Amino acid sequence: MTGAAALLSVRDLRVVFDGRHGPMIALDGVSFDIAPGEILGVVGESGAGKSLTGTSVIGLLDPPGRIAGGSISLAARRIDNLPAEEMRRLRGREIGAIFQDPLTSLHPLLKVGDQIVETILTHLTVSRAEARARALQLLKDVGIPAADMRIDHYPHQFSGGMRQRVVIALALCAEPRLIIADEPTTALDVSIQAQITTLLKRLCRDHGTAIMLVTHDMGVIAETADRVAVMYAGRIVEIGPVDQVTRRPSHPYTAGLMASIPSVHRRNATLHQIDGAMPRLGAMPSGCPFHPRCGRVLPLCKTVRPELGAGEHASACHAPLPEPSHV
Amino acid sequence: MSDMAPILSVDAACCHFDVSSPWLARKLSGAPRRILRAVEDVSFTIRRGTTFSIVGESGCGKSTLARMVVGLQKPTDGSVRFGDIRHPDGRVAPPRVQMIFQDPYASLNPRWRVGDIIAEPVRELGLRSSERDVLQRVGDLLEIVGLSRADITRYPHAFSGGQRQRISIARALATEADFLVCDEPTSALDVSVQAQILNLMVRLQAEFGLTYLFISHNLSVVRHMSDHLAIMYLGRIVEQGPAEDVFRQPQHPYTRLLLDTIPDVEQPNRARRPMSGEVPSPISPPSGCAFHPRCSVAESRCTETRPEPRLKGDVQVACHLA
Repeated sequence: MTGAAALLSVRDLRVVFDGRHGPMIALDGVSFDIAPGEILGVVGESGAGKSLTGTSVIGLLDPPGRIAGGSISLAARRIDNLPAEEMRRLRGREIGAIFQDPLTSLHPLLKVGDQIVETILTHLTVSRAEARARALQLLKDVGIPAADMRIDHYPHQFSGGMRQRVVIALALCAEPRLIIADEPTTALDVSIQAQITTLLKRLCRDHGTAIMLVTHDMGVIAETADRVAVMYAGRIVEIGPVDQVTRRPSHPYTAGLMASIPSVHRRNATLHQIDGAMPRLGAMPSGCPFHPRCGRVLPLCKTVRPELGAGEHASACHAPLPEPSHV
Repeated sequence: MSDMAPILSVDAACCHFDVSSPWLARKLSGAPRRILRAVEDVSFTIRRGTTFSIVGESGCGKSTLARMVVGLQKPTDGSVRFGDIRHPDGRVAPPRVQMIFQDPYASLNPRWRVGDIIAEPVRELGLRSSERDVLQRVGDLLEIVGLSRADITRYPHAFSGGQRQRISIARALATEADFLVCDEPTSALDVSVQAQILNLMVRLQAEFGLTYLFISHNLSVVRHMSDHLAIMYLGRIVEQGPAEDVFRQPQHPYTRLLLDTIPDVEQPNRARRPMSGEVPSPISPPSGCAFHPRCSVAESRCTETRPEPRLKGDVQVACHLA
């Protein structure tokens, strides 16, 4: 992936929380690109920093968190140092957001149509009638049945899956070039989850929108994303095309994560487990943050932090798993 | 020791909730009473030492069923019966039942030390005579679930989600329980932690001969854990049988669709048709087979008569076309 073609380019991003006991580094040297029309999955366990990466990109980082280094560029324009007002206009217009809980992302006292119309009027210069026609079209696009009637309903009249469609319509309404989707299907049932991921893929294909899909569910990533970044303790430990990362993981953490997912195809006596837990921010191990839990640990891992290599499929590990020999 | 008699028999159990408006409002508007049929005519049995799973989407009644089994909810009709088992001390009595809840953050008292949380059932049931024995037992339990004896004096906030779920399990085992009802015990946990907890549960089952009633919406977890399973849709069991049979050859169209729609790391982008529509309201379920509006193979009789469960091999299916 070359930087020139990238729509979103994050370089060496550092996010720090200033606490009573000094600064705590929550994101440490995160770099990745997303090309137009591409879905980048960001996967990791709670506390890995995946949501924080998303909120940094849309500029919604809450104090005491702050960006302490690195850069975020959208279409070759720095956006991490924009004034709040300019960032507010960019949000929604250039970058849309979909959050986990579709109920809290919608205003409960406004009809869904009015919420979409208001957002369209904020970002685009169109008449109210045009905005309403556009809102209606969007609701049809995201697959809401009887959209012409539903447009005047309140959020509580929609089911979870339908609400998440409204949130997606809201994120799309100004035709942003990038959408940050943070656990968009986690609150939904599997049958609805499949509908929403299919919808996201279709929108990506039809509108050329780039999506940063943040989730903890490897299954969703495997089915939806083009590329995937695996995060651990505030760093990207492995990044690459989704089939390569899931089928031939190179970082021991990714391999462990993949092996710990129970399979629907067979029943194993025991699941592979990664012992221990993710380190806390205040007690980050030296060297590679994964070394206390790693089965392939070398003396080097305890002192020197491995860097994410270059190339399409890269991992940050001193002792990566070997490529399987070709049969 | 194998008891052939089931440890739990649920027979035609129903649980209805009256969700009507208040009497006066109902009289003024002329609205009828509204009954939510959360669980309707559910029957199954569980044998000792096995895992029985109940799978379904939100609102299908699986949690209500779990609450009926532990006695937190009275069945409106039908019965929930525990069979007598021979306890290690020679008594013949019904099993001790405990529950493990979904959210390990909400199910432990934040103001109690872990030692007290686990000792409470031991003290309350008088399972140990002296305080020294109680503390000994609590320490043993902590080690059984993979924590350390030193954790006795710590508070729940000092533990991660997975560790808290271990504390919940230790608390359940503290009663010398034989039967655990686990309501989505790992759905709040990360996959690597989920693997730790599932492995722990499998180990404890082998060690103590526990029986699990396992409630989940995650089919891969269910496949890993279950000997038998039941798929619920709108309050009814649509298919039940030995887990291997159901997974190898799902017969009900709903089971097939569920298996088809789960995101799969091993076979991504396989040809599949996402299920259209959503689960209807259990207050006014569709006529005939409740699944017919979403079913791709539904015929006219599916809209008229409700299919009764029929036995096909070891699997019981409620579908006209299966």
